Amino acid sequence: MALQLRRKTHESVIYIDRDSAPRIMPSGEDFILEDLPIGTRVIYPNPTIKGLPNREAAIRYALNHPLGCDPLFAQLEPGMRVTIAVDDISLPLPPMATPDIRQTILEIVCDMLAGHGVDDVHIIIANSLHRKMTEWEMKRMVGPRIFSDYYPDRYYNHDAEWADGLIKIGETRHKEPLVLNRRCAESDLLIYVNINFVPMDGGHKSVAVGLCDYESLRMHHDPQTIRDSDSYMDPARSALNHKVIKLGKIVDETLNVFHIETAINNRMYGADMDFLLRNEDDFTAFDRMKFEAMRFTMSKLPRAARRKLLHSRPSQYEMTACYAGKTELVHEKIVAKGFEQYAIPIRGQADILITGIPDISPYNVYSILNPLLVQVMALGYHFNFYRNKPLLKTGGVLILHHPCYDDFDHQFHPSYIEFFHRLLPETRDAFTLREKYEREFANNPSYIEMYRRGNAYHGAHPFFMWYWGENGRQHVGHVIAAGAENAHVPAILGWERADNLTEAIAMARSYMGNSAEITMLHQPMIGIADME
Amino acid sequence: MASFKKSATTFLSLPVFAVTDQYSRKVFNDLYFQRYKGQSEDRLRYFAQELFEDVIKPAVFPGAYELIDQSRKLGLRQVVITGALDLSVKPLMEHLGITEYVTNRLEFVNGMATGRLLPPVMAAATKASWIRTYTEREGISLSDSYAYTDSMSDLPMLSIVGHPAVINPDMRLRQTALHHDWPILNLK
Repeated sequence: MALQLRRKTHESVIYIDRDSAPRIMPSGEDFILEDLPIGTRVIYPNPTIKGLPNREAAIRYALNHPLGCDPLFAQLEPGMRVTIAVDDISLPLPPMATPDIRQTILEIVCDMLAGHGVDDVHIIIANSLHRKMTEWEMKRMVGPRIFSDYYPDRYYNHDAEWADGLIKIGETRHKEPLVLNRRCAESDLLIYVNINFVPMDGGHKSVAVGLCDYESLRMHHDPQTIRDSDSYMDPARSALNHKVIKLGKIVDETLNVFHIETAINNRMYGADMDFLLRNEDDFTAFDRMKFEAMRFTMSKLPRAARRKLLHSRPSQYEMTACYAGKTELVHEKIVAKGFEQYAIPIRGQADILITGIPDISPYNVYSILNPLLVQVMALGYHFNFYRNKPLLKTGGVLILHHPCYDDFDHQFHPSYIEFFHRLLPETRDAFTLREKYEREFANNPSYIEMYRRGNAYHGAHPFFMWYWGENGRQHVGHVIAAGAENAHVPAILGWERADNLTEAIAMARSYMGNSAEITMLHQPMIGIADME
Repeated sequence: MASFKKSATTFLSLPVFAVTDQYSRKVFNDLYFQRYKGQSEDRLRYFAQELFEDVIKPAVFPGAYELIDQSRKLGLRQVVITGALDLSVKPLMEHLGITEYVTNRLEFVNGMATGRLLPPVMAAATKASWIRTYTEREGISLSDSYAYTDSMSDLPMLSIVGHPAVINPDMRLRQTALHHDWPILNLK
């Protein structure tokens, strides 16, 4: 039995047997040790692909050998108007150790622009309806040189609510409008600088979503599109991706876009914490000591301090590829490179899927993972990390581990609070929420001001977060929040709760049977279950 | 000399006003508006216009214009309820294009201020009751209404609308807003 279970199907997939060590699971700002039932399949991140040894050279090569268009230098003329749009810090996670890849690219591109007499250059963060980045975050992302040269007049956040700063560039044949940042649309050349963290990033989404307004975004960020995306991490089967490509065609017809995309490996942590990504059976004594030391330290700290500590650990991602040129050609290469790092071949769906929810998501950088974001991580991201078919069977049980505290960031997520406490107790139906309340929140003057002048997510953003979990919600039979410290948060989200993982597994088995196939995603991980 | 004496008195009164405002906005109003006793209406109107041009207009936060524009786009009616005097509020309302406002009014006898306010005195709970009466008369839903303030004394007003928000709050109002999960706006 044990020998059969130990048989490896892939180096990232292991089975728990009698001798297996307990597994580490993130649960908010904590890391817990859990003994899993014998036979549980545990999926780890793939081994890290080595980063490019000289990323500056790789970027310069990409700029000079683009796909489908002339090299960047050949497109430049003195006096032309150029805008550089960059991804915001919702990716990668956690934020990169400096220098950020965006900094490296910007320094090279800006030097090239200056060398060709191009002085009318603006750098715009393509934050769409995400919160605007703070001054400190903006400086950290691009480095002191770019920051001092461009901030604040020529380096700023996109504003999706500034009517004068937006322009309609076209519409699809279904009359879906595409309104984009005016400066980008009216530039002679738009250079987009991307980091591709998960397969749904990049491509036409960069410009058509990152620089659009609310009315344009709501056309594809809707419950039906998400339901039809199986999954949104699988570009070929993502209705969201197909809709964005249609918008991208309009962008290509109207704007001159030079797209620079990069792929990164999965080196989330440095040597001090990289044991979190490894098989516990292979831990050295030093690894165990590091884990126990971390757990001891964390146990002595209040939650806010633990959060601060974890968010202050920069990730150690390395660039594995850089391509430039026409959006679709570039994106195809980068997505393929991303799957090379992330795809894990998996045979057989699970009846019960276990996932720990770490303290960080794309939407709470330097902030709190509020209940709505716990939802988006569980039923959105973690559930959707598959290709071909879901890792979990239809009607299966998803067990997540998180304290589910009722805590929100008032500065970053003001509209989330009202959404969670006022709307969800009334209905969890995504279509009703969209029809009845989405525009009310989007047009709320308070939320618009907090988005425009502060650092708040747009008033409509919590709706998109709820829709983001729609595919998972329709597929999963039960969701059990293990380790939830209260009853009302899981209840509002429509979940059951359990004190701990053991109790949650017992509850799940009562639904799925004692011989249920159990799979655990070993978080934190960026990996795509490539289902056979 | 008289001017110097008045300025010195005003300066020395500031701590008293601050303490009184913390205690009760109504008591603050009673005390504060005593200072207008004996002033002629013409003179106050003249100074009010000067006050608007030199002090109030430059101090309007840029975000305030955006907030008003945004609410206009939504088809909301803008009503200003303030404890300030009608004399000084009128030019500001004309500047902002707001036609509906309610203010405090000084009592004048033979063209001279008595230092008292005409009822109803707009402060704290009075604002809330005025809003309730107004919305009932106009058929406006309080649940769909928005209220904005930077003053803790307006807590009753914030409590009766569906969408309360605080603007550039002090510590006490910020804590209250955080406690009630109200949006906190910075319009600077």
